[in-house]
This record gives sequence, C-alpha cells and structure tokens, in this order.
Amino acid sequence: MSRSSHLSSLHERIRRLAGPSRVPHGDGLFATGHQAIDARFGGGLACGCVHELFAADSGDAGSVAGLGVSLAWRARRGRRLLWLRSDESQRRSGAAYAPGLAELGLDPGAWILGRMPDETALLKAATDALRCAALGAVVIECRGNPRVLDLTASRRLALAARDSGVTAFLLRGDATPVPSAAETRWAVRSAASRALAANAPGLPMFEVELLRRRAGPAGMVWRMEWDRDVRVFREPAPEKAASGAVVSLPQREPPVHLSA
Amino acid sequence: MRLTALDPKALGLGLTPDMTLADARARVPELVVFDHDPHADQDWLERLADGCLRYTPIVAFDLHDGLTLDITGCTHLLGGEAALIDDLSRRMNRRGMALRIGCAEVPDAAQALARHQTRPAADEGEAVRALPVTALRLDEDSETSLRRAGLKTVGDVLRQSMASIAARFGADAVDAIRRMAGELDSPLKPRRTTPSLRIERRFAEPLGSTDHAMAVLRELADEAGTALEERKQGGRGFVVTFFRSDGLSRDLRVESGQATRDPEAMMRLFAERIDSLRDPIDPGFGFDMIVFAIPVAEALASTQLELEGGETAAAEVEALVDRLTVRLGRGRIYSLLPVDTHIPEQAQLPLPTAEVRNPAPWPVPDSGEPPTRPIHLFDPPQKIDVLAEVPDGPPKSFKWRRAHHEVRRFEGPERIASEWWRRKDGHLPGKGGLTRDYYRVEDARGRRYWLFRHGLFGDEQLNPGWYLHGLFA
Repeated sequence: MSRSSHLSSLHERIRRLAGPSRVPHGDGLFATGHQAIDARFGGGLACGCVHELFAADSGDAGSVAGLGVSLAWRARRGRRLLWLRSDESQRRSGAAYAPGLAELGLDPGAWILGRMPDETALLKAATDALRCAALGAVVIECRGNPRVLDLTASRRLALAARDSGVTAFLLRGDATPVPSAAETRWAVRSAASRALAANAPGLPMFEVELLRRRAGPAGMVWRMEWDRDVRVFREPAPEKAASGAVVSLPQREPPVHLSA
Repeated sequence: MRLTALDPKALGLGLTPDMTLADARARVPELVVFDHDPHADQDWLERLADGCLRYTPIVAFDLHDGLTLDITGCTHLLGGEAALIDDLSRRMNRRGMALRIGCAEVPDAAQALARHQTRPAADEGEAVRALPVTALRLDEDSETSLRRAGLKTVGDVLRQSMASIAARFGADAVDAIRRMAGELDSPLKPRRTTPSLRIERRFAEPLGSTDHAMAVLRELADEAGTALEERKQGGRGFVVTFFRSDGLSRDLRVESGQATRDPEAMMRLFAERIDSLRDPIDPGFGFDMIVFAIPVAEALASTQLELEGGETAAAEVEALVDRLTVRLGRGRIYSLLPVDTHIPEQAQLPLPTAEVRNPAPWPVPDSGEPPTRPIHLFDPPQKIDVLAEVPDGPPKSFKWRRAHHEVRRFEGPERIASEWWRRKDGHLPGKGGLTRDYYRVEDARGRRYWLFRHGLFGDEQLNPGWYLHGLFA
C-alpha cells in the first residue's frame, strides 16, 4: 500500500472514530429568549451537548439550580425532563421542591427526579439517561470535584448527549473548573432582583459569566431575568429610580479562577 | 435462662426442653449451649421452603419448625411418592438436617404423623388412630381431660360419639378430630400465591456456570414472551429462581412500570439486577433447575408502532425509568405529586415514577407575580439567628451557616397556621400547634431565601425561633 493511501485510510478511520462533525444550525439550538446571549451564540445555545454551570459561591446553590432547570425547560422540546441529584446535594442544599418548580412555570409533572447514593451512580445514571433520545434534557447536580468526574467521564457524557441530541446541564456547586468536554462553561451568581411594590423581591435574576466556549470567545457577563409567565429569559430593563427606593447593586466578587 | 431445643445426644442424656440452664449444667457439665435465635431459624426454614418449591408450588409453614408440601399430582415427576421422599431426605441430609416425614391424605394427619408417629403401621388410617391425643393440638385442659377420661389415642377419641365430645370439650375439639379424619377441609396457606405464568427447565446434569444459566434464562424469557403474546397479556414483575443441586435456591425479581412481554426488555432488567447484586449468583455445585415466573399478568393489546413515534418515545422513557429503578431501588427514581395542604413540607408527595398513573395536574400560578415558593426546601428547616427591629416584625439580618446576611428586600409575612384539626385536642388553646410567619427575603448579594418565625409572638411564644426553610432561584 502506498504511503499516501495508507495515510488517507488512517484519516478516514480517525474521522469515523470522531463521529459526524456537528455544525451548529437552526435545529440544533434552543433560544434562551435573552437577546444578547442568543445573538452571541447565533440564535441560541446548542442542543445535544453538555453545558456546565458553576456556582460562583457555595451560597449560590439555589440560583444555579433555578437557572439549570429553567434552561432545561427551554431545551426540552415538549418532552420529559430528568433531574439527577446525589444524597449529598440534598443534604447540603435541600430537597427539590415541586411547588417551587410550579412557581417558576415549570410543570412538575414533566419532571422525573433521581436521588443517587453517590457520584459514581450519579454519572452512570446520567450517561444512561443521555443515551435515551426520548428525554428533553437532563439536569445533573454534582457537588465538589469528585474523582470520578474526570475528562473521560465528561467526554462520555458529551458523546452520549451528541448521539441522542439530548441536552445536559451539569450543575457544579463547591467546585473548581477542570478540563472537560463541555460545550460551554458558565459561572452563575445570584443578582439583586428588580424590586416590586413595597420593596418586595421580584422575578429571579441571575448574573452569568461565560467562562469558556468551545467555539468562540468567552469572558462576557450578562444578567438574565426569568419570566415565569411566558417561560423565557429576559435582559433586565434598567432600574427605574422613580419609586424612590435606592437599590444598591451587589458587590462584585473576585472572578472565579480559570484553570482550564 | 432455659433450654429451647436439644440435639438427639442431649435428649439421650435425659435433658428436656424448658429445663433451666443451671439445672442442665449441673447434670451435664460439658454441655455446649448456643443462644436461641428465632429469626435465624425462621430464615433458614424459609430457605428450605424455597428449596422445596422444586417439588410442588404449594409449600406452607407448619408452626415454627415444620413444612407442609401439597404433593398431590406432583409425585410422578420424580417417579412416585417414595422416590420424592427419598430425594427430599437425601438433599436435606446433605445440609445436615434430620427429617421426620409424614405422608397422609390430609394436611393435619400428615403433620401429626410427622410429629408424633413412633412405630410403623400397616396403613395410614391405622397409623393416625395410633397417634396420642396430643396430635390433635387441643389446648392443655382439654387434652388432660381426654386422658383422664381414658382416651389416650386418636383412635379412642374417634370411637366416641361426636355429640358427647362436643358437649364436653367444645366445638373446636370436634373440628380438630374431623380435620384429622379428613371429614373437614383444612386448606393449606401456601407461602407463595401461584403465579399466573410459570415456566421451568430441569437439567439432568447441573449447570456449573452462570453464563449458561443466563443463556437458559434468555430462552425462558423468549418462551414467556410467546406465551404472553398468545394470551394477549404482559407482565409487570418477573421472578427467576435458580435451584442449586444442594437444595438451596436464589431468586431474582425485577419490576417494570409498564406491562411488557418483550424478552429483550426482560433481559435488560435482569442484567441490571445482576449488576447491582452485592453478592453474585453462586452456582455452587451447579443449578439443576431454573424457574421463570410472572406473578401477575395484565391485559396488553398487540401494539403497532406509531409513525410519529409518540408512543415509542413514552416507552423509551419508561424503559429508562425501569432500568434505573431496578439498579438503584424503588424510592430513588420518583415523581412529585401535589397534595392539598398549606403546610409547605407536606405539599408534595414523592412516588416511584414506575408506579405513577395519570397523576393529578399541578396548579398553574397566577401571572404577573414572582415565585412565592422556593426551588429547594430543607426538611427539617434550618435554625438561624435573626435580628429584627420588633419581635413580631420582619427580619433585618440573619446568620446561617456561619455567614451573615443583610436583608435588603422582603415580602411578608405569609401566615400559615398549623392544621389544628388533625391534632388530638387541637381545638383547645395551646394545643393546636404553632403558626408560622413566612418571609421572602433577598440579601445584599441578591440571594433569595424563605424564612419563617415559628409561633406568634406573645400569643403562642415568648421568644419565637427563626428557621430557614428554602432557597429561591
């Protein structure tokens, strides 16, 4: 066999192993509703891959969960959703609460919940779930930096998601970013909501920072507000000072250290 | 301490059950004693009973140390009653069990023969008649009076007129005698209900490898699938029992949320179950019989794949749920159902997803309002230290998990009273439980929490405690 044909056969083999190249197109995206983010990503975030959401601080567990389940709802295409957690997550940040899901506009009837004894079982169940193309999206809540969640495990999740087209949201609390096969990586922190009458807390507000993106620049910071009535994210309207209430912005914390 | 059970050697030395340990030790200083463990005994008896399922599907317990097997119509499989008894004794002896076997037309007579027969008799009737009256299992007083009346054996009692027995010893005694004579039915209470489908495979040469056993299981699943197809049924639970040649057995059971007759689906569930076993299946000296049973089958019409794939998508999710449920346990994969109550921690009911059918819909919240319930709920609520301007006012700042939170925005209180009507004497003052005042608060860093004050200041509590109940998105 000549050298060039040998080389081309090797190329062909590598291509087969790598699988079909996935070019993001209209079908493979889901719009968040947030105009700046959708515009930046060419119409919306990619389906059929893993998005990592890191809590900027251990106190942001509620926000990360809220953002994760709301994004999963946007990505679900009318199908059922699976939310996998570990016993440890439940002990640290409380049990998933269905009336709270209903109050976010996310019908709890569409959700299947999984409470896993440990991280190994969590990742195994997550990989199995991502292979099931009939699910809308899978939310995986993984605390800390367990040894089992290495690059291989993360790549396994990404491959399963790619083959089935199911989107995975990996919620990471108390964790530091390590190299992974995720499509995007975000740092999430709670942000002050737009106050309602009598200075009552308003709609859920998140501050997200794009830490990493496989195909494109990163480092942008956005604020997202979840409108539960129409189930979309919004860019918050500028704060009106007409009510007379003086609202201080939350103090910015030092950014999360990027090691990957 | 007293002796509960003795081996033949100890009995030969003149020791008897119910003797005090001190007495026994005084007579036989070298006596070896073990603690009585009724649970372990019961456990062992159940394992033996499982093993006896190889002879008949109907096996019942007799007191705490006996088994009754209904072998009607089953003996020809082993070549007759004598062969069956021979096979049973051989297997039990290998386990170190000493057996007393009684065979009779009716269960009561068989049990009595096994326990009380002392010398061989020409036929069953004569053997029963020769039994002592103890075999009737009457209460102690009736038994003593029977003896006093000179009636020492069952035969003696049978010769009396039933009317006089009933007059002196009551209807129970008559029933016991008639059961013994076979005049009254005494149905056995089998440990297992007969499954709606049961397929078994016996091997002349025991299977020594688990892989072989799994291949046979696959054949049985195929057969079961065909049988169910013909009956237009599907199973929701499947049990396979591996019988070892040394008399023990091991069973595996799996359940599926939706009735199925697809052998592939059954095998996937079994594979999942075997993966999750803590101690693997041990063939020992080999399996000589494998039984595949479907405890309950329900109607399942023939399905046709829909073009849109709607039906198959739901089935795919159900298959995933079944697989995860088999691997992790019933309670771990669940759905949340609404419960009509104001008490927040009781407002949702987790049920295994595989068991949920047509759940009630969740109410849709009013539009234009922010979420009033948190996404994560702590159960039990977490105790916090709160600073408030007035004791019955909103919180100003609070301390949770060693961090200080300054309240910037709040809404409340949302007052949730306890369900006093569910409590004993709940309508009396002070017995109805404490009222909770809930506040939705946002701290300086934009985090939203759900706090409550436990008890109304003044009326219910002098110094009400504060708790953090949930985290908002």
